[in-house]
Amino acid sequence: MAKKLMVQVERLNKSFGDLHVLRNINLQVEESDVVVLIGASGSGKSTLLRCLNFLEIKDDGKIFLEGEQVEKDTHNLNEIRQRVGMVFQHFNLFPHKTVLENVIEAPILVKNTPKKQAIEEGKVLLDKVGLSDKYHVYPSTLSGGQKQRVAIARSLAMNPEVMLFDEPTSALDPELVGEVLNTMKELAEEGMTMVVVTHEMGFAREVGDRVVYMHDGKIVEYGKPEEIFDGPKEQRTKEFLSSIL
Amino acid sequence: MSHFFDVFMESYPIFLEGLKITLYLSAASLVMAFVIGLFFAILKISSIKPLQWIADAYIWLIRGTPLIVQIFVLYYGITEIILIDAFWAGAIGLAIHSGAYIAEIIRGSIQSIAKGQMEAGRSLGMTKLQTMRRIILPQAFRRAIPSLGNQFIIGIKDSSLVSFIGAQELFGVSSSLGSNSFDFLTFYSIAAIYYLVIVLVLSVVVNRIEKRLAKSD
Repeated sequence: MAKKLMVQVERLNKSFGDLHVLRNINLQVEESDVVVLIGASGSGKSTLLRCLNFLEIKDDGKIFLEGEQVEKDTHNLNEIRQRVGMVFQHFNLFPHKTVLENVIEAPILVKNTPKKQAIEEGKVLLDKVGLSDKYHVYPSTLSGGQKQRVAIARSLAMNPEVMLFDEPTSALDPELVGEVLNTMKELAEEGMTMVVVTHEMGFAREVGDRVVYMHDGKIVEYGKPEEIFDGPKEQRTKEFLSSIL
Repeated sequence: MSHFFDVFMESYPIFLEGLKITLYLSAASLVMAFVIGLFFAILKISSIKPLQWIADAYIWLIRGTPLIVQIFVLYYGITEIILIDAFWAGAIGLAIHSGAYIAEIIRGSIQSIAKGQMEAGRSLGMTKLQTMRRIILPQAFRRAIPSLGNQFIIGIKDSSLVSFIGAQELFGVSSSLGSNSFDFLTFYSIAAIYYLVIVLVLSVVVNRIEKRLAKSD
């Protein structure tokens, strides 16, 4: 049985001024798949991710979410964003709120979840990411890895259908990368559909179902991790992989 | 010195009346000024150009003219249309004046909040307004507290100018007492002491608030 298409991108284009950042991007993400975007900085990976969450609005092309074409003019993007979680490189936790408050803010405000229920669900999520002893502390007291795990819990609290990760470990000290990747791996094993921009090739190979190599705003190569890493077809992919591995 | 002390003790019931008016005047004007300041700060950061122009024009007008001129123009302007007492004319004048500075303070602190905060809010499905209200403004106000406290202190001292349209606040009281006795130096010095005490108390309060809020940063 063919899996459901969660995200579908057709001929997506995006420019910032004169800079053509995304050129005719086509991409399909099936349910429960982990798609890893790799490529040099400036290749458009992050912009593509941000377009999927409508933090950037595409210039043209089509974006489908669960088969439904999403357009700025016909859809309430605030509702769409609830369905697509996003984890940022710099965590972007709310510093004036405790860890638990960070997690329950959006469910209460946006989904009108009763506070008691939001707290219960929030605690479950924080337990899941291994932060059951940190409910009532402020983010400034946490390590980078802990912050990122709070950010993941905060995103999950909205029950998203798809999770986007924008270089989630790039701002972390090397010894803290593992804990965040493990949390993401567990999430993937539970069947979460994920699109991940990362430079962690070990993660891409182990957890990724599909790997996308981007260069200059284009998708150069797309395939299973072993195809991309062990036998890249394109010269550019080979060069990129040899430069980082 | 003992003369000064005697006069201080004799005059304090009258000065307390003036102090009361100074405090009411300051409180009323600063509350209004805060609302005005927040309003124009939001106009300035809005993406709609004409709204920005309105805010720019207001700030330019207020910063470019002396407060005493603003108070007089407002007082004589308003009383052309409706009869309003010196207290409220003064309070509104002070509010419009401080509002321009507060607008700039709040705008600056809003813009100093990292862009990622708005993005994080939006990515969770919050609207721009919800993110502004729940995420950006609380952080911006914390950051603005030292400057706002400073502006409030200036506002309290500026309230002395309202005596020129007839309000019997601290400075007005000391002027009257001075003219009656020709002992200007003593009465103005007494007024200075009252102002110092008000400002001292406010500084301590602002410091406390700052310290208490610092714990989460």
